[in-house]
Amino acid sequence: MLNEETVIRNRAEGGKTSATQLRIALRNCGVIDPEDIEDAIGQGAYAALAKVLADGDPEGTIRTIMDSGLRGRGGGGFPTGLKWQLSARPQADQKYVVCNADEGDPGAFMDRSILEGDPHTVLEAMAICGYCIGATKGLIYIRAEYPLAIERLHIAIRQARDYGFLGEDLFGSGFAFDIEMRYGAGAFVCGEETALIHSMEGLRGEPTLKPPFPSESGYLGKPTNVNNVETFASVPPIILKGAAWFASIGTEKSKGTKVFALAGKINKVGLIEVPMGTTLREVIYEIGGGLQHGKAFKAVQTGGPSGGCLTTAHLDTPIDYDNLIAAGSMMGSGGMIVMDEDDCMVSVAKFFLDFTVEESCGKCTPCRIGNKRLYELLEKITRGQGTREDLDHLYNLSLVIKDTSLCGLGQSSPNPVLSTLHNFRDEYLAHVDEHKCPAGVCRELIRYEIVPENCVGCTACARNCPVNAISGERKQIHFIDQAICIKCGACLEKCKFDAVIIN
Amino acid sequence: MERIRTAEQLHRIRASREQMSLERREQGIVEVRVALATCGLASGAKSTYEYLVEELPKRHIEARVLRTGCMGYCYAEPTIEVTLPGAEPMVFGGVDPARADQIIERYIRQGEMVDGHIPRNYEKVTLE
Ligand SMILES: Cc1cc2nc3c(=O)[nH]c(=O)nc-3n(C[C@H](O)[C@H](O)[C@H](O)COP(=O)(O)O)c2cc1C
Ligand code: SF4
Ligand code: SF4
Ligand code: FES
Repeated sequence: MLNEETVIRNRAEGGKTSATQLRIALRNCGVIDPEDIEDAIGQGAYAALAKVLADGDPEGTIRTIMDSGLRGRGGGGFPTGLKWQLSARPQADQKYVVCNADEGDPGAFMDRSILEGDPHTVLEAMAICGYCIGATKGLIYIRAEYPLAIERLHIAIRQARDYGFLGEDLFGSGFAFDIEMRYGAGAFVCGEETALIHSMEGLRGEPTLKPPFPSESGYLGKPTNVNNVETFASVPPIILKGAAWFASIGTEKSKGTKVFALAGKINKVGLIEVPMGTTLREVIYEIGGGLQHGKAFKAVQTGGPSGGCLTTAHLDTPIDYDNLIAAGSMMGSGGMIVMDEDDCMVSVAKFFLDFTVEESCGKCTPCRIGNKRLYELLEKITRGQGTREDLDHLYNLSLVIKDTSLCGLGQSSPNPVLSTLHNFRDEYLAHVDEHKCPAGVCRELIRYEIVPENCVGCTACARNCPVNAISGERKQIHFIDQAICIKCGACLEKCKFDAVIIN
Repeated sequence: MERIRTAEQLHRIRASREQMSLERREQGIVEVRVALATCGLASGAKSTYEYLVEELPKRHIEARVLRTGCMGYCYAEPTIEVTLPGAEPMVFGGVDPARADQIIERYIRQGEMVDGHIPRNYEKVTLE
């Protein structure tokens, strides 16, 4: 369900309805100067903090967050209000609020954009969270590869301290809260909350078993509330506009909006924010402007290396946490990679497994070795050496890795394999049975050939072939020697007469 | 800076910012936002920004040029948003200095549409 007001307003304005974006977390991105705190205040920054402190009712504020239905935007979708309540419960001399700005999902840049465009919203929400759970210290864990976000956060923190939004006695309430930054070296696994906490403690960035959950025992053994950047960015509007307002947007179990980084073979690559429940079709064709070069849509990967692909069958599925899981994928942090008819799904699975193998911390065997074996099986299949037994093996090993890995990385890393196996079994079978790559991607399985009827003998291909695999006189039909060809594709690109084809 | 201790003080800053932007509109001052996030910078938005900061005063156009974060149109970076007094904000994509020149001469001066206009495709919440 779209936000009604939005739809009504749009109808009135131009008749175009549906799929309008609604920006809650991104409300100030592209609007304010992120280095000028007063510009942020001009849009309402810190008013929610003032309200929460004036109300003086942390439990009531937690209830508001609960009633809003906000769920964690870092991937898991855990109810944020419940997390705050769990973090508020334990008694401790010190508690921490951590902002997870690790954003390791390849192709994702939602959190970076929020931090670069509107850092104050995150600082404000962290202070609100601190007040609610009884923490006086906040930490932002951010990857060092985000220098601009880091710089703007530094400036924002300094300005917030100057204005009295961080530090002692905020808004005369007696509540003190300050924020420091911690830097990550850019390991995907360090986005997992226990690994993140260990990394901040100066230990190896390796996950540990939960429980204990960070809300009981986190940073330095103290109760720690970890939330994602976008989760925090949704908090101030909820405080100011009310739980009922937020809960009126979205689907039954997924409230509010979600930011997605639209990437891949789509015309309008970009950062979007849509109400939960918007369909893939709306995102891809209306907001994203359809596929590049008018190609046919094949699949979209959500949830990055932990997610799965959705196909044409899912185009009209409303996007929310539960529907994506039911479809064999997951929301993840919001990466959305669109693929067209030229993408080979076996290669796509291989790409993500390659990433996982690199990023596995190696602590547990199924993840460290199992993913490597999955990768090797996929490699074998893309070379045309796979068998039907290999497909069964892929499937079974995937299930074992999911069941026996320690952290979310291993528990979800086989998802790209399982979902492509499920949705594109024919394509796997073509690789295995016929040694063909229908999308024409897997090098070992394709041949570049020249169609004699189309060749005019212009020599463009021959001149551009790096290994002189093409023979033929000027104005004569040309020919590719398969024994020499290294399948670089240069001839295909250069031929203006569609004479070079992939077979 | 004196620390803000009450919601009223905070509100005063907000009100004065709103007042300032109202006055700017009345004085006919143009507002130009340049998306200067990592994505924008990577596609050359810095030179667009510098060009605008330099050229607008040279051409005697009173304008406030702001650096902002991402506007979300990665496919059309560098992007800028121009708000003429009394008009709806207009977003333009692919704004290199040449296009910025066109925007100044044709859109800002004469209100004519120029290439690269991107229809705004979102609503945003405002915080009361
Ligand atoms: C391998 C792995 C990587 C993760 N990376 C991130 C990340 O980059 N950013 C993030 O916010 N959460 C990430 N998470 C989820 C966090 O563990 C945690 O659930 C989240 O930060 C909680 O915040 P939320 O409830 O606001 O989503 C990751 C989880 C796993 C298993
Ligand atoms: S470029 Fe095309 S038309 Fe020209 S010689 Fe090669 S195959 Fe023939
Ligand atoms: S694919 Fe590359 S190596 Fe093969 S014939 Fe064409 S240009 Fe030569
Ligand atoms: S991330 Fe901002 S336009 Fe690309």
